[in-house]
Amino acid sequence: MKKVMFATLLGGFLGVFDGLTALFTPEVRDQIVGIVIGSTVKGLVTGVIVGFFATKVHSLVLGTLFGLAVGAFFAYLILLGNPGHTLNIMLPGSLVGLIVGYTAQTHQT
Amino acid sequence: MISEPALDRLSAMFRAPDVAGTRYELVSILGRGGMGIVYLARDTVLDREVALKIVEGSAGDTNEARILARLEHPGIVPVHDFGQLPDGRLFYAMKRVRGDRLDRWMAAPHDLPERLGVFLRVCDAVAFAHAHGVIHRDLKPENVMVGEFGEVLVLDWGVARQMQIAECKLQIVGTAEFMAPEQARGDATVDHRADVYALGAMLESFGEVIPVLAIARKARSADPGARYQSVQALAADVSRYLAGRAVEAHRETVVDRLARFERRYRLPILLVLTYLAVRALMLWFVRV
Repeated sequence: MKKVMFATLLGGFLGVFDGLTALFTPEVRDQIVGIVIGSTVKGLVTGVIVGFFATKVHSLVLGTLFGLAVGAFFAYLILLGNPGHTLNIMLPGSLVGLIVGYTAQTHQT
Repeated sequence: MISEPALDRLSAMFRAPDVAGTRYELVSILGRGGMGIVYLARDTVLDREVALKIVEGSAGDTNEARILARLEHPGIVPVHDFGQLPDGRLFYAMKRVRGDRLDRWMAAPHDLPERLGVFLRVCDAVAFAHAHGVIHRDLKPENVMVGEFGEVLVLDWGVARQMQIAECKLQIVGTAEFMAPEQARGDATVDHRADVYALGAMLESFGEVIPVLAIARKARSADPGARYQSVQALAADVSRYLAGRAVEAHRETVVDRLARFERRYRLPILLVLTYLAVRALMLWFVRV
């Protein structure tokens, strides 16, 4: 599987789970569909960017840091619209980027 | 008590051929190959060691030297020089390959991907020979050297033949364990698939995992038509296994497929599980 496709699928997969965890937060449970879709799209976009970066730059450290930065950036954009959930938004979003960045670099096509 | 091979070597050294008049000095015997004895010799002009093969039997047999001279490939031992001894026998000097014979190399602990990597390089060299119309006809681990720096060289092309010549000869040559049935029968139809069979026999000793054994079994089919039709096809299936993909020779069950998926994506799976565990812990802390 190509790096970009692999990273995109992984990002989307993690995004789905990321969004589903909102089920455990009662005050946003009624917005779960929107949250899951938004989170999945965020994961997919992160995957595309990080996967493309991995095809151009072959460095585990740079790739992982880039993934972390992209994940954190998109999480921050979400945080701007939902202040007050810093840890719940920033930490998982950054982790998704980190994981996608690392696996995209180590994935053998 | 001197062992039989040692005695054999000693007596052969006493019967060492006269190389006077050539640029070589014999040092010791490296081994006996197809159609001759291979000596370690010193090239006095270039001051380097070479493997000097003295052709026994048919003095006019220049087959191996001619074939090797035509096959310039990093996996095929090159010929440096060719000539005639005072007694009329022909000789040729080849690169002296340092390292282990594949059968000895295999006795040391090497993991399966490393072994298969060596196997693929043997396939490369043999496929190159086939592309130039040459069949080796005696492929076996003893005829492959793994060099000190990981280089892999296929040796002993003494019984190799041009394909069109091999097809009309009935002479039975090769090593029984690695010999295709049609080659053992002396059929007139022996072609490059006899080498595919021999490679399959070699592969059988490389690893006990089911897909690799299935590839080896397919390569060793008694019917040449049921084998891989080229060395490239055989190598491609081995490469598929190494890349974690399904191999042509083995029909997978669901369990096999899951196990392969787990092997191929072990790291991402572990990371995803770690991520989910972190998320679960975060939720637990928030609720507590």
